[in-house]
Amino acid sequence: MSAVNDIAIITRRQLLLLTRVPEVLIFSTIQPVMFVLLFRYVFGGSINTGQPGGYVQLLMPGIFVQTVAFTLAGTASGLAEDMKKGLIDRFRSLPISQSALVIGRTLGDSLLNIVVLAVMGIAGYVVGWRPSAGLGNVALGFLFLLLFGYALSWVGVLVGLSASDARVVQNVSFIVTFPLTFLSNAFAPTTGMPRALQYFAEWNPVSTMVAACRELFGLENQFGATAGSFPSEHPLTTSLIYMVVIMVIFIPLSLRKYRNYAD
Amino acid sequence: MKSVIAENLVKTYDKGRVRALDDLSLDVEEGTVLSVLGPNGAGKTTTVRILSTLMRPDSGNAQVAGIDVIKNPEKVREVIGLSGQYAAVDEILTGYDNLVMFGELYHLGKKQSVLRANELLERFSLTEAAKRPIKTYSGGMRRRLDLAASLIVKPKVLFLDEPTTGLDPRGRQEMWGVIQELVKGGVTLLLTTQYLEEADQLADEIAVIDTGKVIARGTSDALKKQVGGERLEVVVEQTHVAKTIEIVAAVSGNKAALDEGLRLISAPVSTGSAALFEVLKALDSAGIHALDVGLKRPSLDDVFLSLTGHAAEEKKVEVAEKKRGRK
Repeated sequence: MSAVNDIAIITRRQLLLLTRVPEVLIFSTIQPVMFVLLFRYVFGGSINTGQPGGYVQLLMPGIFVQTVAFTLAGTASGLAEDMKKGLIDRFRSLPISQSALVIGRTLGDSLLNIVVLAVMGIAGYVVGWRPSAGLGNVALGFLFLLLFGYALSWVGVLVGLSASDARVVQNVSFIVTFPLTFLSNAFAPTTGMPRALQYFAEWNPVSTMVAACRELFGLENQFGATAGSFPSEHPLTTSLIYMVVIMVIFIPLSLRKYRNYAD
Repeated sequence: MKSVIAENLVKTYDKGRVRALDDLSLDVEEGTVLSVLGPNGAGKTTTVRILSTLMRPDSGNAQVAGIDVIKNPEKVREVIGLSGQYAAVDEILTGYDNLVMFGELYHLGKKQSVLRANELLERFSLTEAAKRPIKTYSGGMRRRLDLAASLIVKPKVLFLDEPTTGLDPRGRQEMWGVIQELVKGGVTLLLTTQYLEEADQLADEIAVIDTGKVIARGTSDALKKQVGGERLEVVVEQTHVAKTIEIVAAVSGNKAALDEGLRLISAPVSTGSAALFEVLKALDSAGIHALDVGLKRPSLDDVFLSLTGHAAEEKKVEVAEKKRGRK
């Protein structure tokens, strides 16, 4: 059980860091809140969704998914930072479970996601987001989001440990994550995209996640899903498969990378 | 009994292109201090990383406190302390937080961790700064805290990788004091340094390494002898230089060297103070007043120069020791 104990200590360290530098939390939430306001009031007025409650009902799941997708960058840059300071060497020289540091890091980043999602939810509510599904399904939706963030966090571990320079990590993760969240159904229907992009967007895990959340939050129209493709017909199943696949691939890869990272 | 044994360690980077360790062997007697001395890129950090289980060698064996480093790294981690080149502590957290966290990671339990943290803070004169974030600490304070973190469970073997690199002279003096105290407590210490003076000050034995190999080893005195004995040095007025060269050469029985800028004439001697007396007498009868006369024992700089053909701190060849984790 000492591994569990080690992981708990590392996770707590992460939370302690968070309370000592509240800026991290503030900036993690400011950006998505800004997106909510921009899309809601700048674009929202001119997009006719045919949806009761308007654009904001479709927008919020998109913003939620985009927010948790950035966990990848958060985990990666956090680990790269630890590495730069030599902290990873210290942890690896301690008689603790060798995976505790990375597992604790991914859990800590997920706990941060809980806080950020709560703030986002409140912000959404303020600007008119009202999920029509029951409490159970809404909660399930948020659980889905956390799980997605957790899976991506493991990709972040590999990115962070592979990076040669901590400063590069944040930029690289951003360059990858940003287009992925936009080449999706998160903010606009995919039906307006060129054929190739549309195809890409439909299979994009961000799209399936957004569609899955919309479904769980009680929206019928999934906004841009072209009937026929498997992911758009079964967003929940596809998202789940994606998450499992990501974790099955990246958890062992990341742990191996961590164990051998000095060799 | 040997507390640290490294046998024929080989480690290459960049798919064999860079040979960081090239058949390196060394050992440390229990309760003594070995200083691994060498320039940047000689393989000091790689050696420490292998012995402290952070890295596996391509070939060779290593034991720490009788435990095989390659086969049983988990067991080794229980008996070692490591303090690396950079203070590996959380900058944002306080000194106290850091030590308590490491204590808990050593499975001391909350109460013991707090006790031990306070004890170490006291011992390293950090009690006043205990509740301040590390980022407000001076370089010397950070290093002391980092050292404290490596002592939480009273390790049998302690590895210090360049403990004073980057510190100002005062920080270095403080750190030396702290390390000397530790050594009195009986810990076995392997310390790397590129400062010759540091090795001289702290170590029982010195292993000089260059390009991944131990090129000489012994006590500071033995190494100095290996380079040759003492040198007789005389400084005179410009007008007497030529005559003095003759006298010094005669006394020494060797060719005398001249440093023109300093007007310093020197030559190796084997008779110690007798040579000193002889040269003074000869100078006196030649009517030459010496500005300075002395016997100089070789410094570790001389040792390094004569062993490697280059000075220790001038060598700036950047061998690609894994850059990871360093600025």
